[in-house]
Amino acid sequence: MMKLLQSQSGASVFQYPLLPQSPLPAQAIDSIGKATLLIDQMIEKKSEVDLSEGDTVQTGQRLAPFQDSAAYAISSVTGKISAIYPYPGDFGKNFTALDIEVAADDMAAPIENLEPTLESLRTYLVNAPGKPPLALLGDPNRPIHTIVVSGVDTDLLVGTHQYAIRTEIDAITKGIEVLKAAAGAEKVAIAVPRDLISGFGHTGADELKAVPPDYPWAQPKLVLYHAFGVEVPAKKTCEDMGYAFFSAESVAAIGKTYLSGHVPVDKIVTLIDKSGQVKVVTARLGTPVGKILQAAGIQTSDRDRLILGGPMTGTALYDEKQVVRADTDAVMVQDAADVSLVSDYSCINCGECVRACPTRIQVNMLVRFLEAGQYEDGAELYDLYSCVDCGLCSYVCVARIPIYQYISLAKYELARVSAVAEASDEQ
Amino acid sequence: MSSKKMFIVSHAPFWHNRSNIPERCYGMIWAAMPAVALGIVQYGLPAAGVVFLAVGTAILAEWLMNRLTKRTATITDGNAALLGLLFAMLIPATTPWWVVMVGTLLTVVIGLHVFGGMGANPFHPVAVSMMMLTVSWPAFMDFNAALVNYELSFNAVFPLSLSKNLGTAAVAGFTPLDLLLGQQTGGIGSTFGLGLIGGGLYLMAKRYIRWEISLSFLAGIYMTALVFHMAAPDQYAGPLFHLLTGYTLVGAFFLLPDNASSPVNPIPMLIYGAGAGFLAMLIRNIGSYHDGVLLAVLLMNLVNPLLDKIRPKALGKVA
Ligand code: SF4
Ligand code: SF4
Repeated sequence: MMKLLQSQSGASVFQYPLLPQSPLPAQAIDSIGKATLLIDQMIEKKSEVDLSEGDTVQTGQRLAPFQDSAAYAISSVTGKISAIYPYPGDFGKNFTALDIEVAADDMAAPIENLEPTLESLRTYLVNAPGKPPLALLGDPNRPIHTIVVSGVDTDLLVGTHQYAIRTEIDAITKGIEVLKAAAGAEKVAIAVPRDLISGFGHTGADELKAVPPDYPWAQPKLVLYHAFGVEVPAKKTCEDMGYAFFSAESVAAIGKTYLSGHVPVDKIVTLIDKSGQVKVVTARLGTPVGKILQAAGIQTSDRDRLILGGPMTGTALYDEKQVVRADTDAVMVQDAADVSLVSDYSCINCGECVRACPTRIQVNMLVRFLEAGQYEDGAELYDLYSCVDCGLCSYVCVARIPIYQYISLAKYELARVSAVAEASDEQ
Repeated sequence: MSSKKMFIVSHAPFWHNRSNIPERCYGMIWAAMPAVALGIVQYGLPAAGVVFLAVGTAILAEWLMNRLTKRTATITDGNAALLGLLFAMLIPATTPWWVVMVGTLLTVVIGLHVFGGMGANPFHPVAVSMMMLTVSWPAFMDFNAALVNYELSFNAVFPLSLSKNLGTAAVAGFTPLDLLLGQQTGGIGSTFGLGLIGGGLYLMAKRYIRWEISLSFLAGIYMTALVFHMAAPDQYAGPLFHLLTGYTLVGAFFLLPDNASSPVNPIPMLIYGAGAGFLAMLIRNIGSYHDGVLLAVLLMNLVNPLLDKIRPKALGKVA
């Protein structure tokens, strides 16, 4: 467990740890046996796709099997397709899964017609390691004037973006060059932990911004507030304000593609074991989480908690078969004995959440509305949309109310309701 | 990789700072122990009897209310025991057993559960029951009448009634040291100044209470008493006397900072505390009660929801 520090306001805060001074070369996880690729469109019947079980694919090969959709995957391995099946994801987002049995020889398929344009980027890199948010670029209704290359990780103990910005600076430099040419953004800024602020002079970035070490100030909205002096209005996003955040890893992936002519398929993943020890590894996209843990020597047992992401904002998994995706920055294992449970107390109004909240939400009041299912009132009266999803309120809650879960659910429900309303308006 | 492994699935965050409600309640009980212990030493078995009866009755009442409202049993979390204890701390050691029981029942049932249980009470439950008893049976709540049969080594007249009726000269015998060491009459757990201050420091350090409230209350008492004293030194006792007598200290650390009935934002906490101190002194010096702390607590509880509307602007709020 990390050390708990006291901030000026008296609230408990955490600090983001830095990786060791010279990050060790990450352990590469290989001989994975099987990889699973996910395509952003769900398959309904096998005849829909022009791929079949038994087909062979090469590393870096682009697979766009739907006749009526541009959805694609870049194969992260060389081998034979062993299964094709629908794959349900969270929040109603569904995929097609391709299981690939990895062959002994790794054969790299080069890519064609690579230009420094948005179109080329979208053709190959939508699900590249770090998941560059390419959909944000090139929208005339919502122009992006600044691309922020983020070398900070939003969750605690996660060191993936930090690792990328420390070890892949040449690829990032190239990536910035490509993005500048392709995106039409005026500026590129690099955001790094305050203590790593030097050594980015030759990257071609126009600005360098220091992010304070206190959790959760690496969160994009808070970076804008603190480092850029931009307060994002409650219902708006960073993109609405003209800023697009790209993880350092995703920019490095772009750079590597243009430097080598191959799409990178290795994902940097921070592993956090039961004692809070951190280890950075690289693994092919599509590697099952269980394989990575095994290869890194991290044991799991019944009733542990397995988490994609970090301790404050990650997602708990129910099995180890889930695979590493473009945005899987961390995998954490928590011992059964450390799993804290919620209670069924109501709020006692102790005010700890109010002191902890970085965005000054009256969480004690908000939670009353959310518990009663009054999401709209909660949003109107007590600033639901100012929340930046840091989870600190739940972390400190004396009554152990799953506050952050209520908040996520409320945002999800309100988004669903307004999507339904918009759809019926259009008819 | 075994496929039989089951993982625990829940929503983020996966860490918690391990604070919890029982820890807070028992922390409050511990903090009250020195003051209660001195009360028992001074008043002997009857005081111990009152304390045990109140705590027992409170736990029983909580259990009955849990049954009645079909909620999870909460008697082990310490909150009911704490309320019983706080009630006992405010009353004289000679209070008849049935008054103790009625008072405790009022505390737990009317003060707490009628409003929806812990966290939902708009007033401090003990302040509510104490005011009801004061109105219904003033005789039992009068320290001079109640403690008349005790042989004590110090002036056995309740200091606040002395100062109120006879002025500053009458309380000259109470040195601050006497008061700090509990050489005064009063509620079982309300007179040991040093013990209460120690308990309060512990509670503030543990953040079980909000220090802004306690300290601004004490400042409010001090400043208001000082102004009165300077205006008419013979009639109104000095600020130190008022800080160390009556329910000032027990109110500052155990009643006023009650989570549910007090504000959580910085400026409201200061107004709330200072306001209570000011009101308590007004009542003591020109009102009809000897002590004004309980009434001041209730009055400030009443305005608490309004006060907490003074709040910082949330990030990104457009208004
Ligand atoms: S409401 Fe909770 S999750 Fe949202 S910003 Fe505040 S502390 Fe973080
Ligand atoms: S921390 Fe929990 S119990 Fe305390 S005020 Fe916030 S929601 Fe209520």
